[in-house]
Amino acid sequence: MSAYEPVIGVEIHVQLSTRTKMFCGCELSFGDPPNTHTCPVCLAHPGVLPVVNEEAVRRALLIGLALGCEIAPRSIFHRKNYFYPDLPKAYQISQFDIPICGRGEFRALREDGSELLVGITRAHLEEDAAKLTHAGGRRAGAAESVVDFNRGGTPLVEIVTEPDLRSPSDVALFLRQLRQTLLFLGVSDCSMEEGSMRADANVSIRPVGSHEYGTKTELKNMNSFRFLERGIEAEIARQEEIVGAGGRVSQETVHYEPDTGHITSLRSKEESHDYRYFPEPDLVPIAPDPAWVEELRAGLPELPLPLRRRMVGEMGLSAEDAEVLTEGPELVVYFLEAAALADPKACANWIRGELRAQLREAGVEPWQSKVTPAHVAALVGLLDAGTVTVPAAKEVMAEVIVSGEDPADVVESKGLGAMDEGDLAAVVAEIVAANPDQAQQLRDGKNKVIGFFVGQTMKRTGGRADPQSVQRLVREAVRGD
Amino acid sequence: MIDDETVRHVARLARLRLSPDEEQVMREELSGILEHIDAIRAMDLDGVPPTTHVITLENVVRPDVPVSGLTRDEALREAAHATDEGFGVPRMD
Amino acid sequence: MGLRDLTAAGQIAAVLAGETSSEELLDAHLAAIAADDVDAFLAVDAEGARARAREIDAMPERPPLAGVPIGIKDALSVRDVVTTAGSRMLEGFRPLYTATCVARLEAAGAVVVGKTNMDEFAMGSSTENSAFKNTLNPWDHGRVPGGSSGGSAAAVAERQVPWTLGSDTGGSIRQPAALCGIVGMKPTYGAVSRSGLIAFASSLDQVGPFARTVEDAALLLRHMVGRDPMDSTSLDWPGEIAAPTATDLSGMRVGVVDELMGDGIEPGVRAAVDAALGTIEELGGTVVPVSLPSALSGLATYYVLAPAECSANLARFDGVRYGPVAPAANLLDQYETTRGDLFGPEVKRRMMLGTFALASGYYDQYYGRAQRVRTLMVREFAQAFEKVDLLASPTSPTVAFPLGDRTADPYAMYMADVCTIPVSLAGLPAISIPCGLADGLPVGLQLAGPAFSENALLGAAHALEGALAFDTRPPGLVT
Ligand SMILES: [Mg+2]
Ligand SMILES: [Zn+2]
Repeated sequence: MSAYEPVIGVEIHVQLSTRTKMFCGCELSFGDPPNTHTCPVCLAHPGVLPVVNEEAVRRALLIGLALGCEIAPRSIFHRKNYFYPDLPKAYQISQFDIPICGRGEFRALREDGSELLVGITRAHLEEDAAKLTHAGGRRAGAAESVVDFNRGGTPLVEIVTEPDLRSPSDVALFLRQLRQTLLFLGVSDCSMEEGSMRADANVSIRPVGSHEYGTKTELKNMNSFRFLERGIEAEIARQEEIVGAGGRVSQETVHYEPDTGHITSLRSKEESHDYRYFPEPDLVPIAPDPAWVEELRAGLPELPLPLRRRMVGEMGLSAEDAEVLTEGPELVVYFLEAAALADPKACANWIRGELRAQLREAGVEPWQSKVTPAHVAALVGLLDAGTVTVPAAKEVMAEVIVSGEDPADVVESKGLGAMDEGDLAAVVAEIVAANPDQAQQLRDGKNKVIGFFVGQTMKRTGGRADPQSVQRLVREAVRGD
Repeated sequence: MIDDETVRHVARLARLRLSPDEEQVMREELSGILEHIDAIRAMDLDGVPPTTHVITLENVVRPDVPVSGLTRDEALREAAHATDEGFGVPRMD
Repeated sequence: MGLRDLTAAGQIAAVLAGETSSEELLDAHLAAIAADDVDAFLAVDAEGARARAREIDAMPERPPLAGVPIGIKDALSVRDVVTTAGSRMLEGFRPLYTATCVARLEAAGAVVVGKTNMDEFAMGSSTENSAFKNTLNPWDHGRVPGGSSGGSAAAVAERQVPWTLGSDTGGSIRQPAALCGIVGMKPTYGAVSRSGLIAFASSLDQVGPFARTVEDAALLLRHMVGRDPMDSTSLDWPGEIAAPTATDLSGMRVGVVDELMGDGIEPGVRAAVDAALGTIEELGGTVVPVSLPSALSGLATYYVLAPAECSANLARFDGVRYGPVAPAANLLDQYETTRGDLFGPEVKRRMMLGTFALASGYYDQYYGRAQRVRTLMVREFAQAFEKVDLLASPTSPTVAFPLGDRTADPYAMYMADVCTIPVSLAGLPAISIPCGLADGLPVGLQLAGPAFSENALLGAAHALEGALAFDTRPPGLVT
């Protein structure tokens, strides 16, 4: 057990998936040729003025409401001044002392069922920078860089947490579940690889039992939760080593190199930042109508954590089922539709298990396939009623995936209904008679041989036999010999 | 009033290269101007809120509807160091 | 009387009566610009103007402005026409869009002939801060035309065009109008879209007209005002800017700002303004003294707020997306060299001042306090307008001063705007009309009113203009 306790807060930048940019009508794009989505406004030509995208405001409010934030009755924009080629105005329009969403909190669920409570400091609106491509691939030493302004001006919501996190794994847990919530809200694609969700961590350590904060460093821009978790681990280790050796941590921005596992300092010698924030005179305050805010609050979707609680508590799902099924909003909606029509636990099993397994090869998700939630429910119903056996049901599903036909119709047309007990007993009797050696082994107590008979029977009946019944009938047939 | 170091710090923040002569002149002129400006530092402003806008508008927004912008050729037309695809900038170190 | 001696309204009437054409008007004015001896224009787009004039002449129904030529301050973006804001930083720059106010005037039938000279990025009160040339005062070629819209004012006084657009941040329309003996108006903040106006200080900048008559100024303004979706701070103008017709001021209460009639005002200027106040009374108006205690803090307040805003507004000029760029070894060098070499001294001074006023450790003392003084200014004007309909003062404390006279002392230059700045800080409309001469040089009277009182202001100015009968023709001007 370390003598130090890590103290971690995170800042998350979320690109909103609106149609247009934050302050101009340029269409958002990903992967289009460079500089094909620009206008005088997002290129910061002389004389241009920003105009706020209403949908970005709506989405920022949704995020704030989902995080339980206080919504500011009147928020304003500031200019954050610094020079960099990816920032064409040399200031970022952001929010400073009066963000649109103030204090809130977020609850995440750990695997052991305990809750992780993370204070939200604020969530504010701003604009994204453009993309810089460095000729040498790295920043330092590149002979020339090229700026692509397609991304410049994309609406961002920056979510800042309190320094409430105490372990790298909690950070990863928090971020995963926050991402899930944002996906449920439908406000962003939240792709770490594509950069539509980016997280920085402020990391410090302090002696266990201390209530003061140590000097923090800022771990920048990790492109996966895994790297962020490892980066924080490495940074904590680095700080422990420094402090353990009697040194002091200096306040700086650091970077984690996933290949080497090393932490490097990004800008130790650069001049201290002075952003000279001041109120943006080109924009007027945002004062959302309280009635609108209430309407948005009322229209929030059921969020992952309460939903997972309901799945486990009311629907009899396992915690793991609930976690898997709340992975994304589409899958949840799909499951909930099926679960409204048939046994939820059985629906969960079939969706998580067989359906996804069969669709995997085609790279298709359940909600994109021909199998509707109603089909899943129908299949579960057929199983429940004993109309089909499990192996037959799998076959039915395969057919529905291809044809989109109703499961009951598939059972009918393909003759996949479970066999009548009498017919099945006749088949079993035949097989036992044809395999006297194995029958004798079974009689001698070699129970494993039962598998042979079941296999033979299944083969002969094309899966239309219930394996349980086959076992019973085989034992009866052997005994009756 | 304002010293050389402050002049140099502010010039760096503003990304303005000043020759040593310019620095000197700037220090004197800024000091002179600040002497006049100091009048407002002596005023009693207790309880007076700041004014950012003289207009009382709120919630001026636009719909999230794409508007056609510039072609790449237009976007790059005025750039001194345009490449085929973008805006060239020198190395950053 | 030549075509150039007609007011804009007169030229429109002549076109509509079939007595002349837009192209003929253009030729007359292009000839005057070619013979220009005051250096009012930075760029002339003769080809574009001719094409547009012919287009308008061919229209079966002429648009309201009938193809009358106009000059545009070089601070306003006009697509494909070189627009420099008087700075080497934008030398050769051709904008990719047109300012909303210019586009509206073009749609109403104005023909843009070119771009007028100005102080670099509108910072100055004499047009001597233009990176390209000095503009001379049409009344005395040894003197400044005022600024920053000096080119626009001189062009109108010289009758090179009947009207022009300027921009006014702390007095940049009103002061040159006063010094050149013409009419200049700064509308209510938000009345005219700023989209396409190269920003100096965003919370103060407004575009407005220069003309030789109040009627022309009103006509131009009528086609510029109104909400623009490209400018979040633009407002619907309530109603319409009317053609001013008033000939008397009966019932009008006019407040004279005590603080702006004091020691700093040249005796000749005060005399001309006093005489104009007498005329106001002769026309049936009541003149009462009014106090704006913070008015004299206006200058200090302005020289914190405007530089602070400009330090951010001009940060975009970095040589990456447009404009010339200095050769450089690395990025920091490119920024510092390009900006250090291509910005002129006044621009650098204000950017330094503004950066300083916003820097950590200074913000509360300077920027924060200035914003609060601004609140006092707004309140004092509101109180004054409970008692009076309009406020009167000199536009400029002096007549046109000699070229080079104040370039060595920045603050002496700043004093030129001492009467116009308080109105700007309060965001109110104001007009300057010529009210007489002092030592043979024009004196301007500033009338200011509450927000959106443009019609009342224009009406009062029109009545006064009629009674004062100022001759706007500079000595020796041949038309
Ligand atoms: Mg941010
Ligand atoms: Zn754009």
